[in-house]
Amino acid sequence: MPEIFQFDFMTRALIGGSMVAILAPAFGLFIVLRRLSLIADTLSHVALMGVAIGFVTSIYPTFIALIATTSSAAGIEQLRSRGRLPGDAALAIFLYSSLAIAVIVISKSSGFNADLFGYLFGTVLSINDRDLWLIGILLLVVIVFVASFYAELTQSAFDQDLAHVSGVRVTATNLALAILTGATVTASMRVVGVLMVGALIVIPVLAALRLARGFRTALLLAIGFGLLSVWVGLAVAFYADLAAGGSIVLTTVAMFALAEVVGKAKDYFSARHGASDTGWSASTSSAQPEIDADQR
Amino acid sequence: MIIEPNENMGATDSMESVALSPEESHGPELATDRPVVCEFTNTWYSYGGGEPAVEDVSFQVRKGEFAAILGPNGSGKTTLLRLALGLLKPTRGSVELFGESSARFRDWSRVGYVPQRVEGMGTRFPATVEEIVEQGLYRGFNPLAIFRRHGRKEILEALDVAGISHLRRRPIESLSVGQRQRALIARAIVGQPDLLFLDEPVSGVDAVGRDRFHELISSLNREHGMTVFLISHDIGAVMQGATVCACINRTVVFHGPPHHITGEHLSELYGFPVDVLLHDALHEHR
Repeated sequence: MPEIFQFDFMTRALIGGSMVAILAPAFGLFIVLRRLSLIADTLSHVALMGVAIGFVTSIYPTFIALIATTSSAAGIEQLRSRGRLPGDAALAIFLYSSLAIAVIVISKSSGFNADLFGYLFGTVLSINDRDLWLIGILLLVVIVFVASFYAELTQSAFDQDLAHVSGVRVTATNLALAILTGATVTASMRVVGVLMVGALIVIPVLAALRLARGFRTALLLAIGFGLLSVWVGLAVAFYADLAAGGSIVLTTVAMFALAEVVGKAKDYFSARHGASDTGWSASTSSAQPEIDADQR
Repeated sequence: MIIEPNENMGATDSMESVALSPEESHGPELATDRPVVCEFTNTWYSYGGGEPAVEDVSFQVRKGEFAAILGPNGSGKTTLLRLALGLLKPTRGSVELFGESSARFRDWSRVGYVPQRVEGMGTRFPATVEEIVEQGLYRGFNPLAIFRRHGRKEILEALDVAGISHLRRRPIESLSVGQRQRALIARAIVGQPDLLFLDEPVSGVDAVGRDRFHELISSLNREHGMTVFLISHDIGAVMQGATVCACINRTVVFHGPPHHITGEHLSELYGFPVDVLLHDALHEHR
């Protein structure tokens, strides 16, 4: 057995990390396509407030963070959808007010700075069984949600108005998406820390979008990149004695760079082999459609 | 007020004849015995309580019609479309789809929609043309949707009608504006709706593409029996296929068969003098 599996904490880190690596990009795909990446960032600061309150009240901090993020997500979505505030204004208010509360709570009660440091930068190596259970339940909820509302989620990611006219209940879908984003942020926070949560949700998705043609492929590729990032990141952290969170996030960036290179190479080869099935309409000459019809 | 055309007017009448008289009988081209599928009744709308974008608009679209909505930029055409689709609620008056308030309408399988542009485009949206067309077959919550692809036959047919069968496996992002428009048309017609709403793209499509777009819409109306509600700015092209026109400049300037539009209507519509040169639609058609 490789050395890396001989430690309990490492096995737990791998299990927890893998679960988050499936959860964050699977959900991140819809967040990125809806251009809501900043919501993840905002909610991570809300999670920090939850963690601080959890420490002070001696209630399980991740659980308080979960409640804080999901309820804030619902609030942000309400403000945004009713048009009371433009989307990013609502985000700013939630981000800074929760950060301010976190700062006040932390300053009032000294003594858990070391723990707090862990929540900021990730504590995957000290993940415990309770965390694993919570992440596992969240993963199950998100998988069931994404699988069963797949049509609704893809429709509203493509276009909200079109989705409405197709009969999708767009408002309800958006609300559910926001609330589960809160849950995803909370789960991911344990692995890469509050400050880098967005990376695990967004970067594997960007890498997948560079290569995927279809939606299902993009979903699987994003999860694949997420898993690979966590495994490689954890292994590097273990053998080179680096901070696990940072090492995982840097690996996601490397995956993204790799996807760009592979994508560029694919573009180059498909251009050389003349993928010339350009259709007509916006092209130059009126003879174009007949030519294309012949090529089929 | 519903403005009805005067049936005594011929297609080649000169500019000075004005065909606006609500008291007169209905024009022969507007088959008034057919059921109304979309109806605006004294509809008003203003964004955020400002100047009204739509002012006291009343007109109907009947089954089988090809209704073209014409008007300059900022005339409230797109607002009308959004009101009809229940995406906006009128500040005053009502908008009905198939006899039901559009805000409460739920039978969306009867309606197809082709927007001018789509939010998801430009984000490397990961979908093939086929997958986008498949979206048009959505019929409510289905927990197994991720595992199942359905309606292969319908999808191929819709792609064929839209003339883009050869693009079906292409990523939607790699298409030109005109091709995307056709993909969206295929998406809108795949479920065989009764009523098709279209918002024609303003730019990115050349003259040939525009002609073919209008030919396609006409054939959907004539051969596939779909009622069409088209927002356009291309009066010439619309004249060839549309059975009825509504000229909008916040309120209804003209409503009736396209060949009843006079220079005066267009002058009122665009705010500068316009002369009308009528082509004979049948002869000019290639």
